[in-house]
Amino acid sequence: MKVRLNGEPCEVREDASVLDVVAASGAEPEGRGVAVAVDGEVVPRGEWDEFELREGQRVEVLQAVQGG
Amino acid sequence: MAECGPLTIAGREFGSRLILGTGGFRSLESMAEALAASGAELATVALRRVDASARGSIVEVLEEAGCTLLPNTAGCFTARDAVLTAELAREAFDTDWIKLEVIGDERTLLPEGSELLDAAETLVAEGYVVLPYTNDDPVLARRLEDAGCAAVMPLGSPIGSGMGIRNPYNLRLIVERADVPVILDAGIGTASDAALAMEAGCDGVLLASSVSRAEDPARMARAMRHAVTAGRLAFESGRIPRRLYGEASTPTEGVPELT
Repeated sequence: MKVRLNGEPCEVREDASVLDVVAASGAEPEGRGVAVAVDGEVVPRGEWDEFELREGQRVEVLQAVQGG
Repeated sequence: MAECGPLTIAGREFGSRLILGTGGFRSLESMAEALAASGAELATVALRRVDASARGSIVEVLEEAGCTLLPNTAGCFTARDAVLTAELAREAFDTDWIKLEVIGDERTLLPEGSELLDAAETLVAEGYVVLPYTNDDPVLARRLEDAGCAAVMPLGSPIGSGMGIRNPYNLRLIVERADVPVILDAGIGTASDAALAMEAGCDGVLLASSVSRAEDPARMARAMRHAVTAGRLAFESGRIPRRLYGEASTPTEGVPELT
């Protein structure tokens, strides 16, 4: 199925979890400074593994950068 | 930097009254050097889409330096986006502290007052320690304080402009009325701007571009550290009044008649 990962279409397997998409994004799942939103809602790190994505959902995977 | 008293925000003490924004450094190495030279104990950090090609971890560099992280909501134009960004930052950095930025105009990067206040109220209710970047507007600063913000952070001039403090009178009004720390945030160009903010009674200064985009960031960071300390010491010392005419400091009695 297709989801949107950081604004781009992304092909993932049918039962893909948030954790799978975080790994696909290139972010370090264990690293600090990473956060995820699905359709505009925060998904806490502890739920990445169980959170199953649905077709067409918008996933934002964010990381710490310099700023401010 | 124990020369002047600590900066206390929401019950937490920081030995330095200088807060370093980390935006604009050419590299993490340059940032680390400037951070050490600045003496800052609190530094901002932002969240952006993952860039798999990015090297190094800003979180590790800041934590190795013993710095407390202050995530921001830079780039948000609505209260809704700012609140969501703060919630993401809480997840990413494990902190309730947030530098709240809600911008109203892309060219000037000036804050959008009503969205800012809206976001501040929501985040305070959610238990955040909210440090809002605000206009140099004494009324808005008061509203933000009343909303429960842990500090107010008025601008001196637009972010990255280096134009210094354009309305020292408004800044003075904000300082006079505030019961929470006032941090001058944005517009600092060089050391004298930072000293001026502290002389006006600000509790601290937050700056980024003036150091990160200087030719020699570490050296400018050192200048800022001294400027903030000097300005604070001057503020605490009670300056002399301004006079229209001169007043001799050498005794005027006992002057000999020599010719």
